[in-house]
Amino acid sequence: MSKEPVAVVGIGQTRHVAARRDVSLAGLVREAARRALRDAELTWADVDAVVIGKAPDFFEGVMMPELYLADALGAVGKPMIRVHTAGSVGGSTALVAANLVAARVHGTVLTLAFEKQSESNAMWGLSLPIPFQQPLLAGAGGFFAPHIRAYMRRSGAPETIGALVAYKDRRNALKNPYAHLHEHDITLDRVMSSPMLWDPIRYSETCPSSDGACAMILTDRAGAARAPRPPAWMLGGAMRSEPTLFAGKDFVSPQAGRDCAADVYRQAGITDPRREIDAAEIYVPFSWYEPMWLENLGFAGEGEGWKLTEAGVTELDGDLPVNMSGGVLSTNPIGASGMIRFAEAALQVRGQAGEHQVDGARRVLGHAYGGGSQFFSMWLVGDRPPES
Amino acid sequence: MTSAPREREIAVVAFAQTDHRRTSDDLSEVEMLMPVLHEVLDRTGLKTADIDFTCSGSSDYLAGRAFSFTLALDGVGAWPPISESHVEMDGAWALYEAWTKLLTGDADTALVYAYGKSSPGSVRDVLTRQLDPYYVAPLWPDSVALAALQAQALIDAGSADEPALAAIASRNRAAATTNPHAQLRGPVPQGGYLVQPLRTGDCPPIGDGAAAVLLAAGDRARELCARPAWIRGIDHRIEAHGLGVRDLTDSPSVRLAAERAGAFERPVDTAELHAPFTAQEIVLRKALRLGEDVHVNPSGGALAAHPIMAAGLIRVGEAAARIHRGASDRALAHATSGPCLQQNLVAVLEGEPR
Repeated sequence: MSKEPVAVVGIGQTRHVAARRDVSLAGLVREAARRALRDAELTWADVDAVVIGKAPDFFEGVMMPELYLADALGAVGKPMIRVHTAGSVGGSTALVAANLVAARVHGTVLTLAFEKQSESNAMWGLSLPIPFQQPLLAGAGGFFAPHIRAYMRRSGAPETIGALVAYKDRRNALKNPYAHLHEHDITLDRVMSSPMLWDPIRYSETCPSSDGACAMILTDRAGAARAPRPPAWMLGGAMRSEPTLFAGKDFVSPQAGRDCAADVYRQAGITDPRREIDAAEIYVPFSWYEPMWLENLGFAGEGEGWKLTEAGVTELDGDLPVNMSGGVLSTNPIGASGMIRFAEAALQVRGQAGEHQVDGARRVLGHAYGGGSQFFSMWLVGDRPPES
Repeated sequence: MTSAPREREIAVVAFAQTDHRRTSDDLSEVEMLMPVLHEVLDRTGLKTADIDFTCSGSSDYLAGRAFSFTLALDGVGAWPPISESHVEMDGAWALYEAWTKLLTGDADTALVYAYGKSSPGSVRDVLTRQLDPYYVAPLWPDSVALAALQAQALIDAGSADEPALAAIASRNRAAATTNPHAQLRGPVPQGGYLVQPLRTGDCPPIGDGAAAVLLAAGDRARELCARPAWIRGIDHRIEAHGLGVRDLTDSPSVRLAAERAGAFERPVDTAELHAPFTAQEIVLRKALRLGEDVHVNPSGGALAAHPIMAAGLIRVGEAAARIHRGASDRALAHATSGPCLQQNLVAVLEGEPR
């Protein structure tokens, strides 16, 4: 038995900003969903099921908000699923939706992820003290900073690599009208002189807190044949999880991330990701995670990832562009961030990424991670259907 | 409409649950869940490493902390790393996700679990946070009050009266006398009004609990279970959130889900309904066209034990367990979520002819 090929035929996102005070939660998700439907030239009636994802409900103060959002997303009378896998959720949500198509349960599925972080304070929302549990310290940065230090020590990377990543991503964001941060006066010097938040992570090397939503229309072969614009085809997709803390855990390059990438590459028939993949949208909430994930994903050998960054390989016009959209460093509605990565990968192979389009992008990786570097979700999309 | 035949047969091969209790102060969620995970694996002889896919259902709002499911994952033993997902929904929907994963052929076995502790907070207040945050939640209408609106609508429509509700409560809890996991068993006084017309006896017990189910495909299922409970169909549908636009005496979503799951193709002998409030059983029986000859809630149902987030998965597990032990040949399992049965899932399970 073979799986039904899955195509992305519609993509929509909101303009991501610090606070969307002009829309309700329903208004926010509807904006992204309507843009995705318009892109696919479909209506609400064409959608068989809705798969929605977001990170913790505490961020908006609404428990299981999909119940309230059913009306706004045209889900009444349809199946609706709510996914929550921490920061990787945007990616996981797309994969759950893709499985519905691959399993031939549904023909056309709307998948959407969102976060309206202005409704609360995300940093402290992530830092609730729990009796008898190791605290995450102040926000995610406090958790990840020591692991970045470990990477720097292990790889011998120069201190400037993080700033190079931030400088690149923030410049890429200037080409993306949906990105949250548009820092027209950005310079490398400004990044390097910004305040230190969680040593070695500086303010300009940190993701913002955003309001935003991202939606995609996933469909089967028949749906793709009817699509008005070129579809992106899913060539591989996988999720992997490992525990938060355990003796021997490699926080710098978690096994779950390596296994997840290996599974995606196996499905897609990729044996040399550095040569066979044209670009990657990687979940980089703190600048140094670019070189760390480049290694974890097999784009560079151990301790070599920073050399790609330093040599400009990951620049928009480099040999392996990374985070063409400006990445999580420029836009971070947490629950949606993974799906924005997945959607950007699809935009690229559809040739619809506008000013941040990579010429000739035929196979692009979308990546998300969450929790304490323990939940991973990834997909590889291409401009042609999978060979079966 | 009939359900489309699937290329791959998938069955529930094992089920385990905790004893459901009013409080479990002495246990963390992981400690509550661990014995259930061990038990469900022991039933089949499988080890964690034999599981191809894991999916769970739970709620951060019940746990009172963000990413609460990450701690439960430690109990699963996710090392080496596992293929895993989580829904912020009742575990019945985690089972649905696992079912689709098995259908794709990417997995042959799946572990599904769910847990919820209602005891640490005031669950009636907590559930108000589930409502439209702009127009309804600020009024804090609680879960019992909303269920009472539904019960009153049924009474006004002539579909129920208080003695009928009391009979439902009594029948479920009498059935629970044979269920060692149930929290309320045997005769329970109807008591005074909690929110008129619902009396204490019309409402579910508040409690903590967990459950786990193992799914397997095709011959793998036959290896692991003497009489697998084959999922002949499963579907779920959601209704509008605004109570004012719904007819609370009916459940079009459960009817549609049942149709798509193939429930009406042949009669079932057993139905496990997730009806936390007595009046909801009336709504569900009507929408599911269950006759008097159908054995409804032999476990005692949600009126005997109601660990939120796990109670729906338990319905599937109880229905499957009856098939496993030969007490049922074709059973319907139902799960619900949201105020007044807003979202509903229906699964149809069958055992092979004996």
